[in-house]
Amino acid sequence: MSETTPQNAPREVERPLSPHLFIYRPMLTMMMSIAHRISGAALYVGTLLLAWYLIAASLNVNSFAVASGFLHSWLGMLILFGFTWALVHHFLGGVRHAFWDYGIGLDAPLREWMAQATLIGGIVLTVLIWLIYFTVG
Amino acid sequence: MQSTSKMRSDRRKISFLGSARSGTTHNAYMRLTSLALLPLSLAFVVMVLQLANRDYNGVRAYLGHPLPAILMLLFVGAGIFHMQLGMRTIIEDYVHGRHAKEWALTANGFFSAVLAVVCAYALIRIGLS
Repeated sequence: MSETTPQNAPREVERPLSPHLFIYRPMLTMMMSIAHRISGAALYVGTLLLAWYLIAASLNVNSFAVASGFLHSWLGMLILFGFTWALVHHFLGGVRHAFWDYGIGLDAPLREWMAQATLIGGIVLTVLIWLIYFTVG
Repeated sequence: MQSTSKMRSDRRKISFLGSARSGTTHNAYMRLTSLALLPLSLAFVVMVLQLANRDYNGVRAYLGHPLPAILMLLFVGAGIFHMQLGMRTIIEDYVHGRHAKEWALTANGFFSAVLAVVCAYALIRIGLS
């Protein structure tokens, strides 16, 4: 409070941030937290594809053919595979958070188990969904 | 020391410094949309699998049925609200410049709103055609 600042000038204060990420030893639960955020952000961007697909289907045959054609191309399938993983992983991560909200699974063994279950479950369910697509669909 | 603090209003002293008491609401909506998305995203995966190999008319016929249309509308509504809340948290965590943060939050709101309206418009258009 010893220094004076101009009354109306907006102050850009350099506040210290808590040390995070890089000072900690990487752990699975921490990686899963990061993966939850990244998968959420990926789904955020991926929603553009859903909007494109829906609006194309609402317009006409040609616009639908373009959207559907892209989604069935190898690049489109690759993106959709990633989208599937992000959705399933984020879904399972959300379930984990719901348990934590009720104070369940906060102790180390269960915490580790849930982290592994989310990781493995996310991959298994993604592969399963695509197996259903290739066999049934 | 005394004079500077007297010249600044209480409002000015605390503006942009933190809580505006909206955190609880944010958290509540996050949990509410999460809960809604639990069944809705399962329904979404089933619907996408059923849509995957349909042609134009097949897709329109499927999405023209009330149940898929309503489930898809609910999924899009809850999902986009949820992702807007999540991106808000990401921005608040990583974007610290005052103006940059405000603009990023504004862009997040606009992006989400446009996306929600586009999806809803498309689904209603298909349903009513």
